Amino acid sequence: MEQQRESASLGMWIFLATEVMFFGGLFLAYILYRWQWPAAFRDGSHHLDVTLGTWNTAVLIGSSLTMALAVRAAQLGRRRSLVTFLMLTMLLGSVFLGVKAYEYHHKHVEHLIPGADFRFEGPEPGHVSMFFCLYFAMTGLHALHMIVGLGVLLVMLVLGARGRFSPDDYNAIECSGLYWHFVDIVWIFLFPLLYLIGRHH
Amino acid sequence: MSHQVVPVRTYVMIFAALLALTATTTLVAFRDLGPLNNLAALGIAVIKATLVVLYFMHARGSTRMTKLVIAAALAWLLMLFVLTLGDYFTRGWLGVPGR
Repeated sequence: MEQQRESASLGMWIFLATEVMFFGGLFLAYILYRWQWPAAFRDGSHHLDVTLGTWNTAVLIGSSLTMALAVRAAQLGRRRSLVTFLMLTMLLGSVFLGVKAYEYHHKHVEHLIPGADFRFEGPEPGHVSMFFCLYFAMTGLHALHMIVGLGVLLVMLVLGARGRFSPDDYNAIECSGLYWHFVDIVWIFLFPLLYLIGRHH
Repeated sequence: MSHQVVPVRTYVMIFAALLALTATTTLVAFRDLGPLNNLAALGIAVIKATLVVLYFMHARGSTRMTKLVIAAALAWLLMLFVLTLGDYFTRGWLGVPGR
């Protein structure tokens, strides 16, 4: 049993290692373009809402806390508190995605979505467009991971409510937790890199 | 996987630390520290990520094998960054036409 438990979480960590490489490529692209066009990236970043970004970071960190508490509840075999904490995690995750959707909508209104409709008053609109390409690629991929995470948590919620987990068998909850925290970590890096460039200017 | 149960207090304290660091990173970004701004942004993000990995993801009480996987993931990421950036950042050093 102990070995089964360990291999389950080890497998999850190996999967997360591949995810690190997946996001790593995008972070690398970000570094290279920002290094090349620092002024355009600063101008682009100033069109993001720091207040919403900071708030959403706090929301996601809160969801990581409730997720950790959900795993703890599963370890202790407390079914009701497992269900409650999973629901709280999903609620906070949905709030995050809701705010993100509002931000995307705002970018659409401001013509900041790269493509034919992109408008930017400034010296290098093309390079600012590149910033927004990376912004949408990175936050979009992150949001997709959140949506997958919410789907996984929904399954865990149903199974948990039916009493599928016990202190001897809560691998699925532990692994879902690892995934959820990983997605949180990606955002921890995305937030300062996208929202906080040269804010003192 | 560790099966020792972590007290709620630990989780809440890590949560509070993460919130404080989030506030710090935002506040620091509005002050002109020159090149230190980038360093602060990345440094704080690394500290936050480390706290999440060690405490929320239970890496602290995990097996050696799991720790090895985490180290390998970081090593690969480092290779990706160091080799690629080593190429790009040094291209301007020699005035080779058509580089």
